[in-house]
This record gives sequence, structure tokens and C-alpha cells, in this order.
Amino acid sequence: MEPFLSRLRSGPVLVGDGATGTLLMERGLPPGHPPEEATLTHPAWVVEVARRYVEAGADVVETNTFGASPTKLALAGLEGATERANREAVRLAREAVGTRAYVVGSVGPCGRLLEPYGDASCSAIHAGFLTQIGILAEAGVDAVFVETMTDLEEAKLAVRAAKEVAPDLPVAATMTFERAPRGFFTIMGNSVAEAVAALEEAGADAVGTNCGNRAEETVAIARELRRHSSLPLVVQPNAGLPRMRDGHLVYDESPAFMADRARQLVEIGVALVGGCCGTGPDHVRALRAMVDGRRT
Amino acid sequence: MTLLADLAQALIRGDRLQVSELTCQAIAESMSPKAILDDGLLAGMKVVGVRFREREIFLPEVLMAARAMYAGMGPLKPLLVAEGVPSQGKVVLATVRGDLHDIGKNLVGIMLQGAGFEIVDLGFDVGPAAIVQAAKDHGVEVIGMSALLTTTMPAMREVVDLLRAEKLDGDVRTIVGGAPLSEEYARSIGADAYAPDAYTAVDVVKRLAGVA
Repeated sequence: MEPFLSRLRSGPVLVGDGATGTLLMERGLPPGHPPEEATLTHPAWVVEVARRYVEAGADVVETNTFGASPTKLALAGLEGATERANREAVRLAREAVGTRAYVVGSVGPCGRLLEPYGDASCSAIHAGFLTQIGILAEAGVDAVFVETMTDLEEAKLAVRAAKEVAPDLPVAATMTFERAPRGFFTIMGNSVAEAVAALEEAGADAVGTNCGNRAEETVAIARELRRHSSLPLVVQPNAGLPRMRDGHLVYDESPAFMADRARQLVEIGVALVGGCCGTGPDHVRALRAMVDGRRT
Repeated sequence: MTLLADLAQALIRGDRLQVSELTCQAIAESMSPKAILDDGLLAGMKVVGVRFREREIFLPEVLMAARAMYAGMGPLKPLLVAEGVPSQGKVVLATVRGDLHDIGKNLVGIMLQGAGFEIVDLGFDVGPAAIVQAAKDHGVEVIGMSALLTTTMPAMREVVDLLRAEKLDGDVRTIVGGAPLSEEYARSIGADAYAPDAYTAVDVVKRLAGVA
């Protein structure tokens, strides 16, 4: 396989995967339990989720490690499982996809507020990311996605940790922005321009956005990202925002709708389009068809 | 009353030391504790709440303001109690089972405390049975539940159902909140109310507790 970063830089556009947690819940993960638990208790589910995304046409499958930093696992009483939760997740993803897709280590927020606003010390959180990313790198991921970040300081800690522990491993950092009167900002108040500049300086090989928005806003955020960065862009929106229908929670953006908006992302020059909350194999299939249609 | 206006401004800036100083000064000048709270601290928090809702300011500013509010409440609280300002009621707060996100819930707690409620804060990842048990143990009027994850929201329904099963739903009212929540969702699970932000939550809880 072509090295991940050169593919990300020179194309063709990569198709990412969709949500992991909801697919694990469909298979029996009890509500309220962390998805990372499935890696330890039901590895077959984790393999099946990754396989379904590859079969749907994903070029990239993310490991089931979004919440597997020691800090986050500790909140669920699983800190002793950091090594296994990360190493096993990589092995399971690789087992599922072989050489048909890149395996990318997912690294999400630590789940606590950093000082001075919260009580989590930056050095402790940095150490946690060093541990998690160190294991992911050693287990053989093709890249790391630091994602769903809302605090720029935390995102920088994760990117720096990645570059310290595995200097040659490509790192993308994607943040969650929301629309404010003066443009798009994270809930902590970081603008797209600020975020991009700081992440580049921290050593990110790619930047982008994921989660929190419907495809419409995501397209606008991608334009902002493009304006402020020449790095490859990684963009993974939700399938809309959650709504209630007949007593069930649904995300109302169909695969066809999402693929149509993703076409605009490709036109903006996004290097990887995938899905976040509410997206499943059908969304990935639609993204695949859109990307292939464009290419031919 | 410029001193109280200054106090409100200091709180809006999140200037903890200034808030503490001005609160003490107002007390020294024999202003009524209730006025210091309402026209100083809470007036400031109201502005912060509105600006955050409009995203003119962001979470760090809100958290600094909340911290400043605590700094002002320190010297003020004993006086409010001594003056016999009646408690508005008791509220149990919790982030529901499986959910570790407690920033919003904590803000609601600070605002409610400022508004004169007694808070029983159960923290995060709290199961339905524990929430209902705490409501019974403390004889609260209102249960406030928070969730950030769509996957943990259903636990709120379990609390509502449990209250019904124990025939407590007439005495204990429920309010829910959190980023993925909506009025529609609150209705669909049978919760009594929803609030989109911490400031609105105070008004809604007052209504639920019958003190509005």
C-alpha cells in the first residue's frame, strides 16, 4: 500500500468510515457502556464493524480507541486496560481489513477540562496521550486521527505527544466547531484560523473537522479550513443532528444527501471524507460511489 | 447602586478577587445580602448566560464567571442563612449513567445555588435507581438530569419511569438538558421540562418547584 501520508497529499480522495459506537450497540453493547469495552469483551463485534465499513468501500478504518486514553478510561474505571484496549483494537481492525484499507488510530478527548478552567493538569493529559499513541504506533497503525477536539490546548497536547512518541507516524487533528455570530468557533472559543495555525505549529500533518454539525455547516467550515491551511484536510460530519422520531433517536440526513454535500467537500479540495455520529455503512457506500463517480 | 453594578461587571469579567472584595465591601456597607446577590452576582451571571447563549463569549469565560460567583457566595451565604432568606427548595442533579460530561450540569448547579436552591449533586455516570433514591432521601422537589451523548439519553426515561412506578411523579418533577436534548425529546420520555441553557434552567426549576 502507498504510505498513508503520500496518499492523503496526492489523492485520489480517501473515503473514511462511519460511527463505531452505534454499530457496537446494535450488536449488543449495553447503553451507557464505553465502546472500548467491546474490544475487551466482544472482539468479534469490533472486527465485524470494521469489516462492514471496508465492504461498504471505506479506504480508512479507525480503531475502536476514541475513548482509550488512560484518563478517559479511568473515568469508566478501566484505566488498567489501557494497554490491551489500544493494542487489541489495532489488531482487530487489521484482522478485519487486511491490506484493503488503512488502519488509523482514533484518539479522542480525555474527557476532562484542562487547567486553568478545569482540574486536569496539562502534563498528566499529555502523558496519557503519550501512552495511548505510543501503544497505537507500536501496534502498527498507519496514522493517528486526533478528533472531536473542542479545546485547542488539548488537541495540541495530543499532536505533540504523537510527534514525540512516533515522529514518523502521520497525524491529523480534527476539531468540532459551531456557528457563532462572528464565524465558526469551538465551544472553548477557538476560531478555525487560530486552530489551524496552532495545530500546524504543533506538528499536525493534516487538519480538519468532525462531529457536531450537519453537512451544510461542515461545507462552510471546510471552506474556512481551506482558506487558512494548505495541509491536507480531513472532514467527517454527522448525518445531521439527532431528532426524535416515534420515540427513537434518528439522524435525518440520508446517505444520498450526505454524499451530495460531500461532493462540495471534494470540490473544496478535502483529502478525506468520512462520517461521524449517525453515519453507517450506507453513508460510506454513498460516499464511495460519489468519489468513484467523480474520479472516472 | 454603583457598587453592585461594579460587582456585576467584575463577575462578568470573571475577576474572582475583585468579586470577593466588592462583595465584602457591600457587606461592610450594610447592604442587604439579598440585594448583593440579586443585583450584583445574579445580575452578572444573567449577562454571562445571555452572551454565552449568543456565543459572544465561550466556555472559558463562563467558567471563570462561575468561579467568581463562588468567590462571592462564600462571604454572602452565611448572611443569607442568618437573615432567614428561605431556601427555594431542593434539587438533585446528575449526569446520567454512562455519561461523563458534567460541565453543563455543574453550571446549572452554580446558577441554582445562586438562586437560593439547595443542591444535591450526585456527579456523573449516575444510574437511575441512585438518582431516585437520592431524591427520596433528601426529599427534593426537582430532579435535574444532564447528558451529552445521544447513547446515554435513554437513561433519563428510566428515571421518569421509576418515579412513576414508585408513584413519586406528582411530588418530584424532572427537568432534562444537554447538547443533544430538545423540548420534543423531554416530552417524548415524559419529563416535566427541558431547558436549553443554565440560565433558563433556573426559571424552569423555579416554576417546577412552585416558587416562580
